[in-house]
Amino acid sequence: MNKNSWILYIGILVFGLVAPFIFPAFKVQLSILCVLIVLATTWNIQGGEMGYNTFGNILFYGLGMYLCASVQVGMFFPLAEWTESGGEKTFVHTPSQFFQGMAAGLVVAAVVPTIVAGLIGYAILGLRGHYFAICTLGLGVAAGEISGGIEIIGAGQGFTTPPFPNIGGLEARGEFFYFLSFGALVLTFIAVRAIYTTRFRLILNAIRDNEDKAEAMGIETMKYKIIGWMISAFFCGLAGGIMGGLVGYIDSTDVAFDGREMGVFMVLMAILGGKGTLWGPIIGATLFHFFKEGFWTFFLGWQYVALGVLIVVIVIYFPEGLMGWLREKYPERFGEVVDEADRKAQVELK
Amino acid sequence: MDFLVFQYPMITIQACLDGLLLGILFALIAYGMALQWGVMNIINIAQGDLVILGGYIAYFMYLYGIHPAWGVIVSPIIMYFVGIAIYKLVINKVVDRDLFISILATFGISILFMQLMNFAFGADVVLANSGYGTTMLFDNNVVLPNSKIFSAFISIVFAICLVVYMKRSKLGRAIRATAQNARAAKILGVDTEKVYAATFGINAALCGVAGALISITFTIHPYMGLPYTIRSFMIVIVAGLGNLPGVAMSGMGLGIFEEFADYILGTEFRIGSVFLLLVLILVYRRFKLSRKREYLK
Repeated sequence: MNKNSWILYIGILVFGLVAPFIFPAFKVQLSILCVLIVLATTWNIQGGEMGYNTFGNILFYGLGMYLCASVQVGMFFPLAEWTESGGEKTFVHTPSQFFQGMAAGLVVAAVVPTIVAGLIGYAILGLRGHYFAICTLGLGVAAGEISGGIEIIGAGQGFTTPPFPNIGGLEARGEFFYFLSFGALVLTFIAVRAIYTTRFRLILNAIRDNEDKAEAMGIETMKYKIIGWMISAFFCGLAGGIMGGLVGYIDSTDVAFDGREMGVFMVLMAILGGKGTLWGPIIGATLFHFFKEGFWTFFLGWQYVALGVLIVVIVIYFPEGLMGWLREKYPERFGEVVDEADRKAQVELK
Repeated sequence: MDFLVFQYPMITIQACLDGLLLGILFALIAYGMALQWGVMNIINIAQGDLVILGGYIAYFMYLYGIHPAWGVIVSPIIMYFVGIAIYKLVINKVVDRDLFISILATFGISILFMQLMNFAFGADVVLANSGYGTTMLFDNNVVLPNSKIFSAFISIVFAICLVVYMKRSKLGRAIRATAQNARAAKILGVDTEKVYAATFGINAALCGVAGALISITFTIHPYMGLPYTIRSFMIVIVAGLGNLPGVAMSGMGLGIFEEFADYILGTEFRIGSVFLLLVLILVYRRFKLSRKREYLK
């Protein structure tokens, strides 16, 4: 790591810390952006580095959301009565109860999906290519449909998460959730960056490029695939737990296991930025969030139409993403040595 | 949750018959999916939305006073051109790319269609009433709507027509040749671009027929597309590509499974159980193949 990148990291960190005070009106949007970046970055471990294009990370996200809220409520009050009252605040968390519950909830929300990923990983990750994609799509939708039928977590009528305690009002709530999600983002970034400097990333890339060959080289591919998935699941669960508290209301198919929105968004963000790079998903998520908010504001009602068109356009015309495009344009910047004659020949070919 | 199924044998017969008739419809949609998968190597997530769109065509005929059964003829004709249009706009750019690209692109189309249908037709659950009445069997213990029998009959007729067409006609031969080896077919003078377009059109037309039948027999709703895609995907992976009797059999099996899941687990778990079954089938096949160190291709 050289001096320039240190300046960049510290600059981003400082910007992240002061952002909610510079843009007080956009606190919720910034928190959502942090969560989106976490989701895109962790999807990239799977889809970009390992070549296992999954629609199923939404499973861990939704699981984390339900678990965090359930623990937060269940630690102090009977869960069934809470969900039955559906938004009627018969029970009120004191501030210390709220924060204790949130902390415990987030730990559970991160750990349990990791275990789930480890348990189902052996069965699911044996599938390859599009079978894996469709299977994980099925997992996500099935989880949504089934959780919509379970009474204790609110079934069809949804689950209201505990309201923020009455200290400092709306401002304090926004700041709390912003710093929570920003913390998750920093944690994810440090972890992913550390992972990407190790041999683990090379193994994942080997699996992506040719799994049979990687196995023949003596790599226990299944073990590394499961570990990769567990890392994704950990951060997806954490992001889900935070998002549940931020939104304040959990519905099985529209908020938690929302394969039609969040499940596709994370894939799209990573592809838009460029999969298989560290910065790609982060840039992709930021751009995508701007696009999305623009659609939601200016094309209200038509947002899904615009979204569908956006998906098709991105997938057909920018499958390599922004980073891929930059890499093709300025290969020197990415540490690739380019022969000048070779490049001229390529330009002429085009 | 009650276990009436085990107490009253008549309900078992009812579920089996319902499932059989429903499964024949699923098999028709799955046949379209197998066709395009085999020929173009594309998995179309928008398959179910094409079905629903076909259903709305029949529903609109019903609204304007035409008997919805005519939708079986009108809907495939319109859907054929819709299919060609989708092919020209999107699919021809993803045909020889990675399969995941085609999955994502058709996912985009699926979201687009869902929302456009929601705008155009509203978010209500609708059905086209055919007024065919019902048939009573076994001392009035088993009730079969005639529309279900009609739809199963029409599905079989269309499937047979298609099989004969694929065997006998020039285009059918070209499609089969392209499925076997696109490059060789191209060398021998087959215009594969046209073949692809026609394949996608035929697939959309099949979806149109199935949709029209579904609007008569069951209900349609703009967001109900994805389960039909998953069902047809499941039927195809169980039966294998290009195995028509297998598609019919596994379609009927899936229909019966769904009816029983509905009775035993309850209606709210019906769609969930379909998706879960998909996961289980894939995992089962993965373990079976991994004994020989192979995987699903």
